[in-house]
Amino acid sequence: MKPAAFTYHRAHDVREAVELLTELGDEAKILAGGQSLAPMMNFRLARPSALVDITRVPGLDYLRHDADGLRIGALTTHRAVETAGVPDGFRVLPRAARWVGHYPIRCRGTFGGSIAHGDPTSEWCLLAVLLEAGIVLRGPRGRREVPATEFFHGFFATAAEPDEMIVEIRFPGAAPRAALTEFAQRQGDFAVVAAAVSLTIEDGVCSAARLVLGGVDPQPAVVDADQALVGRSANETTWRAAGELAAESIDPPSDGHGSGAYRKRLAATLVSRAFTEAATS
Amino acid sequence: MKDVHLISLSVNGNEHELVVESRRTLADMLRHDLGYTGTHLGCEHGICGACTILLDDQPVRACLVFGVQADGCEVRTVEGLADGDQLSDLQQAFSDRHGLQCGFCTPGFLMLAEAYLSEADSSADPESVREAMASNLCRCTGYQGIVEAVCDVARSRHPAGST
Ligand SMILES: Cc1cc2nc3c(=O)[nH]c(=O)nc-3n(C[C@H](O)[C@H](O)[C@H](O)COP(=O)(O)OP(=O)(O)OC[C@H]3O[C@@H](n4cnc5c(N)ncnc54)[C@H](O)[C@@H]3O)c2cc1C
Ligand code: FES
Ligand code: FES
Repeated sequence: MKPAAFTYHRAHDVREAVELLTELGDEAKILAGGQSLAPMMNFRLARPSALVDITRVPGLDYLRHDADGLRIGALTTHRAVETAGVPDGFRVLPRAARWVGHYPIRCRGTFGGSIAHGDPTSEWCLLAVLLEAGIVLRGPRGRREVPATEFFHGFFATAAEPDEMIVEIRFPGAAPRAALTEFAQRQGDFAVVAAAVSLTIEDGVCSAARLVLGGVDPQPAVVDADQALVGRSANETTWRAAGELAAESIDPPSDGHGSGAYRKRLAATLVSRAFTEAATS
Repeated sequence: MKDVHLISLSVNGNEHELVVESRRTLADMLRHDLGYTGTHLGCEHGICGACTILLDDQPVRACLVFGVQADGCEVRTVEGLADGDQLSDLQQAFSDRHGLQCGFCTPGFLMLAEAYLSEADSSADPESVREAMASNLCRCTGYQGIVEAVCDVARSRHPAGST
């Protein structure tokens, strides 16, 4: 298992990375942590003609909190998110990090790489959609920000053009009551089904909620379970009803990891678990 | 035409300069070009962890990094652990606790454990050791001996009360 031949180019800043992508054409790819791209190349599922290595671009690994929310630089590793102190309203990010692969994968893999890769069970993709993050891109036509809710087009396709680079993910609003939970066959594996939720509770009553599922659609799926949630008491019965409603409203695929019916049961359980966790977080 | 690059790196403190093809993984470069055959390759796609090494002190799977990316970096492999015939404390603990049988996975586990231990403190409990070690696969031991060996070393390197 060896990758096909390619030419290697090291970018020293964002501008150079974008120039290289433009110059090298559509068959060129960015190389970040390599934790998704390198396995695909070793399997020859991916055969880029050229790689633009951005791992040495300085100034892209940061978690910064300001008036516009929490900004995460594209080269911030999963491990940095796991161990960095983040402001209270964003604690769901470090809590979810432990679901992302294993310790060495988290030391090397990057936040921007996960978003660019767009796996439908990726924890960061789910949380970006849940918390309505903005994906900040730089390309030959300048800088633009795409809402995460419009970024993922299914089966590893995204709104990013081949000559664009993700530079930052911006989480605009705090979500003090949010949680992500999932089921995978082994610890560290990609989830079979994952559920990410956020909640607002006022005087013991759920006044707003948001729910995103992974592993049930080719991209993170926003599921409307308001009917079972909004205006109801913030308790176990409500969370369980929300899980049942969510399971009813999805039609997940069957594959080697589980049938559609099994995924529905998983979704019901994981959604109610996630709401329980969010309510107590 | 082959895309080749002249790079330099240090492996276990030894300086090397070599010409490497872009597609060469760091694992293959270490084994075939530099002779550090202690780093093993199992799956070559990031699942088994047999190829784990330290790249600038970070644990990485050497099958998922290209050799050319190690230009200017410090690499540590299993060959750097023992001092001559004297096993390191971690290697001795693996032996004492039966943390290996065939030994194929051992170099990867040792380097993974080195990274873990450099961050851990005396509070390293079996649960967190087990979670970290879950990154790598072992077909022989059933993991118990590996977890015990790492816990032993966590305790001896960070006696309770010290930081
Ligand atoms: C054993 C194992 C288990 C894993 N388990 C999980 C898991 O449970 N959950 C999970 O989410 N992930 C998991 N991963 C994948 C891991 O999280 C990767 O780190 C991540 O998917 C990709 O990030 P990367 O930095 O490694 O990107 P790379 O692999 O370098 O790149 C991935 C893709 O994104 C593109 N890209 C990267 N950065 C940018 C950028 N800044 N701008 C534009 N395009 C870019 C590349 O061109 C490539 O197409 C696992 C990986 C392994 C090997
Ligand atoms: S050989 Fe690198 S992870 Fe298996
Ligand atoms: S000792 Fe044989 S695979 Fe681990």
